[in-house]
Formats: sequence, structure tokens, C-alpha cells
Amino acid sequence: MKLLHYWRAMWGIIWRELWRFVTQRERFISALVRPLVWLFVFAAGFRAALGLAITPPYETYILYEVYITPGLIGMIQLFNGMQSSLSMVYDREMGSMRILMVCPLPRWFLLLSKLLAGTGVSILQVYVFLAIAWFYDIQAPWQGYLWVMPVLLLSGLMLGALGLLLSSFIKQLENFAGVMNFVIFPMFFMSTALYPLWKMKESSMLLYHLAHYNPFSRAVELIRFALYGQLNSQAFIYTLVAFIVFMTAAIIGYNPSKGMMTRKGGA
Amino acid sequence: MNSSAALSVEALSFSYGGKKALNQVGFKIQPGECTILLGPNGAGKSTLFSLITRLYDTRDGRIELCGFDIKQQTRLALAKLGVVFQQTTLDMDLTVMQNLRYHTALHGMGRKQATQRIQQELERLAMYDRRAEKVRQLNGGHRRRVEIARALLHKPAVLLLDEPTVGLDVPSRLSIVDYVHHLAVEEKLAVLWASHLIDEIYPGDHVIVLDKGQVKANGTVDEVLNATKTPTIKDAFYILTQGEQA
Repeated sequence: MKLLHYWRAMWGIIWRELWRFVTQRERFISALVRPLVWLFVFAAGFRAALGLAITPPYETYILYEVYITPGLIGMIQLFNGMQSSLSMVYDREMGSMRILMVCPLPRWFLLLSKLLAGTGVSILQVYVFLAIAWFYDIQAPWQGYLWVMPVLLLSGLMLGALGLLLSSFIKQLENFAGVMNFVIFPMFFMSTALYPLWKMKESSMLLYHLAHYNPFSRAVELIRFALYGQLNSQAFIYTLVAFIVFMTAAIIGYNPSKGMMTRKGGA
Repeated sequence: MNSSAALSVEALSFSYGGKKALNQVGFKIQPGECTILLGPNGAGKSTLFSLITRLYDTRDGRIELCGFDIKQQTRLALAKLGVVFQQTTLDMDLTVMQNLRYHTALHGMGRKQATQRIQQELERLAMYDRRAEKVRQLNGGHRRRVEIARALLHKPAVLLLDEPTVGLDVPSRLSIVDYVHHLAVEEKLAVLWASHLIDEIYPGDHVIVLDKGQVKANGTVDEVLNATKTPTIKDAFYILTQGEQA
């Protein structure tokens, strides 16, 4: 009976998030436009400027559009993770977060369910993006489209947990814009999403190290290898550990006894 | 601690940094009792509600819901609680039905039971015919009714309402006040209603006056009037909250 309660609550939270996403057409379109602009405009422009050597998982020379695709998938999930946490800050300000927090289930479970719901939305976005990219001749082996699913779940959870952690620190919605600038953009640009690590090493060792230890880089590499039916175990472990660390910190942040909630004066 | 009380608050204190928001607050509410929590802005009403709903941690003092300690037995305690917050907490883009279904899912109700309970509560508030409408299309009074229906879906023993009539027109306000008072009697529900509107108090109600984080009065309307030697609650409230000027 208790398990059934958990199950129903989790599906209730996931269903609500998916339904909201599907009915908010503008959100759906804007989530897709961003990576598509990068793919069609940025990548096309840089194609000639950047030469890429053959590095795993690629076995031949590839176009820059092909290289950048996993990075853009990561971008979708990064923005989605941040947007989910933005909506949590909004919900907290507006009060609907309280309804979730006063239901008789452990807080960690509620947060995890919320995270799963956000990740589900991001996976939906990724597959629509991949479908459009397929027509643009960016095609992975068909198995890659299956392999990437569990990987997207992990990377989505990790990036969502980071957003959740940030949302536990942010008191007001207005403060969120700053976090977007200080978290999303550095994370994205200092990663392997746009350029491979060896390329960065040539220009700056500092940038190389930052990108190397950036969890977003690892998530992107995990996605890149999965799209070609391979498991990058180092990236997998790193992403998994990052998820556990972010999630644990977020749960502490939302715990009324230990976290920031009391100091912030809101839930 | 009195285990027959639906809600019991004992020696509760709370501070924001160095600023004391609640100081040794204590009271009990029995089933079937409608208690109005009066207090000026900044008296500590919202802090008290946040502590009862476990949004804040109880560090000094103790809160029990139907005998369950909110800190030690959080889930059992919260299962007994229905809440209507001051701000609307409905999802505007979902229908009335979808909003209520979400709540029943959070409380672990099956589809059949949820459908039944939603129908019962919405019919009591004459909102069942509007179940398929998006919340955005409803006026403030109707949104409040939906929120009250939602708070009752899981059959709580204690209903908390944090200034639920703020911003409503007079007829909507009166109908909600009347409905909640009936609920307390008919359903044996313990109601704690935060307000600063004196006309929301019925003669049979209990009254708690909170000011600067302290309980200044606690009793039936008559007891409060006798203690303050005033003819009306309005006068009593004035004396209790601004005594030196009275």
C-alpha cells in the first residue's frame, strides 16, 4: 500500500510536468529553436574554420555539425535542468511548491520525482531534436538512438540535480538570471560541447583543465559515445558521481532541519 | 500533551536570525472547533503556519497533529493536515479536475476513490459542473473554493487556512466563511483560520490573538471579551495589540 502511494505520487508529478510542457507550445518551440539555431547557423559557419582529427568514437572524418550534435543535446538538457529549477523557484514564490512539500511523503522522494519529471521532458525534447537533425543528414547508427536513452536519463538527472541544488539556494526569481549567466554559459563554453579537449589544450592549459573536470563535458562525452553504441565508462562514472553529489546537496538544501529553507523564509 | 487535541502547539519559538518571530506560543484545537487566529501584519501568523506545515523546522517547542509530532512523525502528521495557503497554489494551465487529481496522486489515492472524492467535494461547493474548466478561467472566489475542496480530498482532521478570503468580494467571502464554519461542525474538523478580518468570527468560535510573536489572548469569543472588558472583538483586538495607545 505504501509502495503504491509512492508510485501514484511519482506518476502524478511526472504526468503534471509532461502535460504542462506539451500544452505550453511556446516552451516546446523555444526549447527546440535554441539548439537548432546553433546547429544550422553556428555549426555551419564554423564548419570551414575548424578541422577535426579522427578521435573516438568517430572512425572517419566528420563534419563539425556531427561533432557538435551531442553538445547540443547536452545543451537541451542543461537548459531544461535549469528551467525546471527556475520553475521551482517560481513555484516557491507563487506557493504551488508548498502543496508538494506538505504532502505526506519524504522530501527526497518528492524532489527525485520532480527531477525525473524534468528529465522526461528533456528526453522528449532531445528526440525531437534528433529527428530534425536526421533530416539534416546528421545520422547516428540506429542502435545509437536506443543506447542514448538510458544515458540521457543519467545526464538529465545530473544536470537537473544541479539545477535543483541551485534552486535551493536562490531566494528570488530575479536572482536566477545571474545564476544562468554564471552557471549555464561557463558550463557550456568550458566543455567539450563545441570543441574537443585536445583542441583546447593547444590554446590554453587552464581551459583544458576546466573543461576536463567540468561535469557537463563528461555528460556530453557520455552522450557522444552512446550515440555510436559505445559506453564511455569514465564519463559514466563521473556523471553518476556528480549526480549523487548534486542530489545529496539539493536534498540537504531542501531539508527544513539542515538546509537553507529556514534562512530563506520560504519553501 | 493532550492527545485528544487535533492540533497542539506547545512552547513554540522561532527566530529569523536574531529577530524573534514567535515567542513561547502555545494553544490547542479540538475536533469540531473553529479557531480564528487574529493578528496584525508581522504578528507571526505565516511563520506559525510554516512551522505547522513543516516548511520550517521546529527547533524550540513542539507541534502535534492528532498526537503525531510534526518533527518526529512528519508523514503521519502531514497526512492529517489540509492546507489552504494565502496565495493561490493551483496550476492555472490545468483544469480543476487535473489540479485535484494531482493532489489525490500526492496522497496516494487510486483513480476510483479519487474520482469519487473529487465529485463529493466539488458538489458540496457547487463547482462540479466547472471541473473541466481551466483554473485561469475561474474568478478568485471560485479558485478559493477549488482550493478548499482540494484541501479536504484526503479527509484531513485539521484544516489550516491562511487568510483565504483576502482579495475576494463580499459575497464570495461570506460564502467561504459560512462553508468552513459548517464544515467544522458537520465533519468534526479542527479549523485554524488566520485572518485580520474581525467579521469572519462567529460567536461560537475560539479566538487566538497573536501579536509580535506572542499569544495575547486565547479562548472563546466571550472569554476574550470578558478578559479584556470590551463589548466587541474589534475593541478587544485593539487593546491587545496596541494596549498602550488604547
